[in-house]
Amino acid sequence: MAIHTRRSEDGRTLIISIEGRFDFSSHQSFRDAYEHGDQEVSDYVIDMSDTTYLDSSALGMLLLLRDYAGGDAGRVRIENCNNDVRRILSISNFEQLFSIK
Amino acid sequence: MDDADTDAQPLRILIADDSESDRLILKTMVRRQGHDVMTAADGVEAVESFRSFKPQIVLLDVMMPGMDGMEAARHIKALAGEELVPIIFLTSLSDADALARCLEAGGDDFLSKPYNRVIIEAKINAFNRMRLMHGTLSRQRDLIRDRNEQLVKEQTIARRVFDNIAHTGCLDAPNIRYHASPLSVFNGDVLFACPRPSGGMNILIGDFTGHGLPAAIGAMPVAEIFYGMTSKGFLIGDILREINQKLWRILPTDMFCCAAFLELDFHLGNLTFWNGGLPGGFLMRHNHGPLRMPSRHLPLGVVSGDRFSAEVDTAKIEEGDTVLFVTDGVPEATNAMGEMFGEARLADVLETRAEDETPLEAVLAAIRTFTGSEEIRDDLTLVSVDVVASNVLEELPLRVTQSALSGPSRWTCEYEVSGETLSHFNPLPLLLHICMEVPGLRRRSGEIYTILSELYTNALEHGVLELPSSWKSSPEGFGRYYAERERRLRSADREDAVRFRLEHETGDKGGVLKVYCSDSGSGFDYTDGGLSSLRQDGYAGRGLALLHQLCESLTHQGRGNEVEVVYRWTIDSREPPSLA
Repeated sequence: MAIHTRRSEDGRTLIISIEGRFDFSSHQSFRDAYEHGDQEVSDYVIDMSDTTYLDSSALGMLLLLRDYAGGDAGRVRIENCNNDVRRILSISNFEQLFSIK
Repeated sequence: MDDADTDAQPLRILIADDSESDRLILKTMVRRQGHDVMTAADGVEAVESFRSFKPQIVLLDVMMPGMDGMEAARHIKALAGEELVPIIFLTSLSDADALARCLEAGGDDFLSKPYNRVIIEAKINAFNRMRLMHGTLSRQRDLIRDRNEQLVKEQTIARRVFDNIAHTGCLDAPNIRYHASPLSVFNGDVLFACPRPSGGMNILIGDFTGHGLPAAIGAMPVAEIFYGMTSKGFLIGDILREINQKLWRILPTDMFCCAAFLELDFHLGNLTFWNGGLPGGFLMRHNHGPLRMPSRHLPLGVVSGDRFSAEVDTAKIEEGDTVLFVTDGVPEATNAMGEMFGEARLADVLETRAEDETPLEAVLAAIRTFTGSEEIRDDLTLVSVDVVASNVLEELPLRVTQSALSGPSRWTCEYEVSGETLSHFNPLPLLLHICMEVPGLRRRSGEIYTILSELYTNALEHGVLELPSSWKSSPEGFGRYYAERERRLRSADREDAVRFRLEHETGDKGGVLKVYCSDSGSGFDYTDGGLSSLRQDGYAGRGLALLHQLCESLTHQGRGNEVEVVYRWTIDSREPPSLA
């Protein structure tokens, strides 16, 4: 499991890519990825192109990010999910809380 | 260890050598380094000195008369027990086998004769460091062991408290089968079942994020709310809203509970369900195809009350049908190749199972075969509920909260629900609560609830909303009935109302409860001819029949929109004498 971050060109979007299993073991590194205190960032993108699986504690971490990004007003997108990941997100009905592509 | 060692302190060192000159040379060297020294001339003396002097390091000649060094080393290591007392053999031997035997006997190193002062000092210091580190590790290990024992003790207590709250339900009812780990509360899965006062039962199966005590802490209020509100006659939506609100308030953001809630009414043949985050459940109907119950909602505790949706689905159930729900441990059960069991396989197993195999057995067997393991992993929970005749479960104990206070015996109460309140408020728990204040009536909460709910349902659905109950005879019509009920409730206006008047009087051996219920609807022809024709096409047939059975009398008045029932009860010999 590895987490990488990069910024969009205008610096306003933080893109967090998660490689491999997204579960409790990535708790600290996932938080470190977005808790940078940078006022510039207004949008968050979770890139799941290389995420193989996520468990319920990962869903909890996504909720933490959502709160950090401003709760209902926050802008968090989840992108490029594979079928397994997509299934877990949709069973939990997280499309009601995040924009999922 | 009693002495707090540091690197710099002088050590107690035992030297055992049968050669007096060698002994003297070594003793002088070690003393010069600042250590306390005791000497021994053979193995027996060395062991004796070890007992009295309690040395921290032992320098031991291999060859001595009587008991040799190796024998002495074994004794010393045995006496030292868990404490590390390094033994360094003193030897002029050089053959590898002999040296290896020294280490096998418990020695830690060699010192070759003739002695070199620098090497002796370096070895003593090195072994002292090892000794100190061993001491630190032992202390830490003991600490961890103690803490762990305490944690286990606390968990046992927490478990006992949890069991008192959670396992007073009806999971042992003859129509329920389940698999749940004996320690399930500590891996986050919960399973509750409780009889409803009007008959049938409520089931909640859930899966908390996280493990251990945090999950158990979340589970306790859920159990308390589930059992408390179910026993008092609250409906599924109210209970779900209450649980969600509680969890949302007490749990940290990243914790929540994926859950499914089932309300089974065997008398009316209704299943009402809500699924927030669990894999889709199955309703296996013997007369129709299977029905899936997919997750349509966010899990409990994720969003605040104003965003929470307690919208439920309904289905018609008949004797012989079975409902099955699982937590995500089932689709996520993994085989040796890392492949997951999946929901498609689950559906397949249920469809192709043998006639004589219960759905639960079939799924458990399939998981065992798939994972190739006899043991089912702890973090998966399954429950199946068979739909049975409503009288099969009459013996189930109700769990109405018992108050230590005794209530009033003679009272009247009037209550009206009107307008839009009709659409979102259920007055039955409140009315039941008032009746349950009469000590002798508590045992009859099931009957009282049934009377109140039949009267209310008739008044609301057939009186106010003018819904024809004949729709409910087919599965399609059943769905239409409940959809239409929702729609009409939403457009209820100010004049729409249901009124209750309850009167109770206690006598010597029991009492009489009169319930009068009227509604703002247009009523129906309750004269003999009219009523029997209505009964033939099923209008309010079952509900009225039930009321006739339970009550001493039932009379319609007005234009058919007013009903009065008289319920007479006597003190049961099973019941302890009332103190009231």
